[in-house]
Amino acid sequence: MSSKTSALRLQVESSLAARVASPFQYRDQPIVEMALTGVAPIDLLTGGLPRGSLTEIYGPPCSGRASLLVSALASRTAASEVCALVDAHDAFDPNSAEAAGVRLQQLLWVRCRNVDQALRATDLLIQGGGFGMIALDLGDTPARLVRYVPLQVWFRFRRAVEHTPTIFLVIEQESNAKTCASLVLSLHSQETRWAQTSERAESGGEILLPHSPGCLLDGWKIHAETIRSSAKQKERRLFTLDEIFADARGDSIDFETAVMWGGIRKR
Amino acid sequence: MAFASIFVPNFSLQAVVRAESALCERALALIEGNPPLCSVIAINEKAAQMGIGIAMTKTDAEQFAGAEIRPRSLAQEKTAHAALLDIGWSVSPRIEDTAQDAIVLDLSGLTSLFGAEKEIGAHLIERSAACGLRVNVAIASNIDTALIAARGFVGITVIPPGEEAQPLSRLPVGALSPSIETAETLSRWGVVTCGDFAKLPILELSERLGQEGVRLHALARGASARSIAIAEPAHFFEEEMELDDAVEELDPLSFLLGRLLDQLCARLAARSLGAAAIRVRFELEPSFENGVDIREAFPAEKRPGVYAKEIQLPVSARDSKMLLKLLRLRLQLNPPGAPIQKIMLAAEAARPRATQGGLFLPSFPDPEKLELTIARIAQVVGEENIGSPSLTDTYRPGDFQMRRFLTPREAAKADGGSGVCQKTTKHADAQAMTSFRVFRPAVPAKLDLHAGCPTRVAFQGLRGEVIAASGPWRTSGDWWREDPWQQDEWDLEIHFQAAPEQRDRFSSADLRSNSGIYRFYYDSLRRGWFVRGVYD
Repeated sequence: MSSKTSALRLQVESSLAARVASPFQYRDQPIVEMALTGVAPIDLLTGGLPRGSLTEIYGPPCSGRASLLVSALASRTAASEVCALVDAHDAFDPNSAEAAGVRLQQLLWVRCRNVDQALRATDLLIQGGGFGMIALDLGDTPARLVRYVPLQVWFRFRRAVEHTPTIFLVIEQESNAKTCASLVLSLHSQETRWAQTSERAESGGEILLPHSPGCLLDGWKIHAETIRSSAKQKERRLFTLDEIFADARGDSIDFETAVMWGGIRKR
Repeated sequence: MAFASIFVPNFSLQAVVRAESALCERALALIEGNPPLCSVIAINEKAAQMGIGIAMTKTDAEQFAGAEIRPRSLAQEKTAHAALLDIGWSVSPRIEDTAQDAIVLDLSGLTSLFGAEKEIGAHLIERSAACGLRVNVAIASNIDTALIAARGFVGITVIPPGEEAQPLSRLPVGALSPSIETAETLSRWGVVTCGDFAKLPILELSERLGQEGVRLHALARGASARSIAIAEPAHFFEEEMELDDAVEELDPLSFLLGRLLDQLCARLAARSLGAAAIRVRFELEPSFENGVDIREAFPAEKRPGVYAKEIQLPVSARDSKMLLKLLRLRLQLNPPGAPIQKIMLAAEAARPRATQGGLFLPSFPDPEKLELTIARIAQVVGEENIGSPSLTDTYRPGDFQMRRFLTPREAAKADGGSGVCQKTTKHADAQAMTSFRVFRPAVPAKLDLHAGCPTRVAFQGLRGEVIAASGPWRTSGDWWREDPWQQDEWDLEIHFQAAPEQRDRFSSADLRSNSGIYRFYYDSLRRGWFVRGVYD
């Protein structure tokens, strides 16, 4: 190495000494273990939920956030893991969760009244440790209130779950954790499916869809987009032909939800 | 066959010092009696050096600067005696509850477990120190010799079989516990030691002193032989403390509770047991209004003045620090409300948990740590708002109950299972099941109907048009109870017309999505429309 390069290297190392030790030393990026969400298109898009990291799922109401949360809980409890749900506005529905496959006896449900209670409970749970997944549901909290949560809170949560096997999942209306999140997923609902709907009737420019006997909600289509993903996949696996030719366009994918009275639909 | 006797010298004093360990470094005198006739009944060495004597009045004893004067505490003596029994049971299953300050252990078969007799003695002294007692231990081939030697000699005394007379000969004849008349007689005769007494001819002794003389003669020679009277092992562990000044603050109360818990856990550890539940009971200071005790206004069975709390533990534990933290959290959540005069702690004993983790099983939260975490969260959200949801056997919409959360291993053991969870995998191409977010409580709404079908809705300042509707789906039940229900449910897809400033919990926050699927229901009994929740 030339003397100029050595001097330059020495100068950079000395200026960064207070903040970064050995800036020129190669550090192998740790491979993050991923856990399946239980929704095949999401697992195809993201590789699953990263352990020891903060994952954000955000979107407006009726965008499939709760459905994805419940699927993840069902997947983790089916793997015999103990999960915790911090419910900021006491909106969790045990009936639909059990129908989706969540083992309720393996779920610790903390019913909060406001964001402050939710954040304190989350901090205590993360410090306690031992959970396979901790979910913080701020889906019903107005976005303007969640914006007031300082960034250091998210940073603190991220550091607390680092090097643990715990998945930390946050459900919100908009993304707030910024770079503290290893995986950020945005959801938006698209068309809704109704079974046995009658023909559309147009009247005075308004589209009115009258109901018919036997009309049932059949689910809806959700568009999921990866906004940020810094986790590596731990394992590679073979994808089925269906998955390879799935409606996946780069960092986004569309998938459909099913309702409990509709049974499991195969595509 | 060998017997060991454990004797606690100055038992009343040691019972008090056990509760306040700082007193062992100071001159201490115990008083007893009704004022103004209180007199000193026990003193320690430092108090004796200062000049305080037995039978001195309280006023005279208080003249000595630096001396601590404490009343005798029967409650403390009871718990100290219970601790002494626990020490005995921790070593031998056959013990005799001889006196308040002495017990006898049958050491048959214990040498292979604890070693030689001297080592057994050292072990007993070590365990006694852990429980806060300084004891003398004597080991002999018969019970009475062991008892007399433990009372007479300090530390560990081992008397080989056949040599009982020699060590006992040095002891004063009072160690044989003769009656007052016999003691006076022996004093007139000039018999001072047991050795002198053992040399007396037994025939003449029986003529002068009767059967008591014969019995005492056998004791002095170490020749008495009697069977051990086995005491039943106790299954209750209680500690209590009476306070001179009532305690109001949590910090000093925690200090006292910590001390009691240390003693309790030491006794549990001595018996290789854990605590499955902790019961705490406080006697509160009476509260007076206009000079009258307000407790008089209540019948005896409902009289306030006692605070009781029970903490059930998911697994048996004997970590005093963890138990103290749990107690503190519960007391912060439900404070007693009055100063505390007396503290009573009881532990429900259980076998300690023995678990072996599997190599391929997922890790669970540590039960003790989890219990602390849940207690801390309960302080924030309330005890009733943390737990596992459990569906009830009813068709009532949204009915469930909250249960105490247990890790799967503990839950399976509680149900009589093996503690191993059955692992299943979700199907590879599983779909996301549509989930529901509940509004608690249900939100009142106003609906416009056309031909029986909702067309417009309004709730929480939002207005919208119904795009698609599914219903009505009638559900009803519990008509035989006081709280029946009858509801007509609708699933409505709504397009909102909310103003930007109204976009909060009940509206979409994103311009791209102004619609949602909600569940409305008409409550036939309350005659109103409500929003149960939203599909999300």
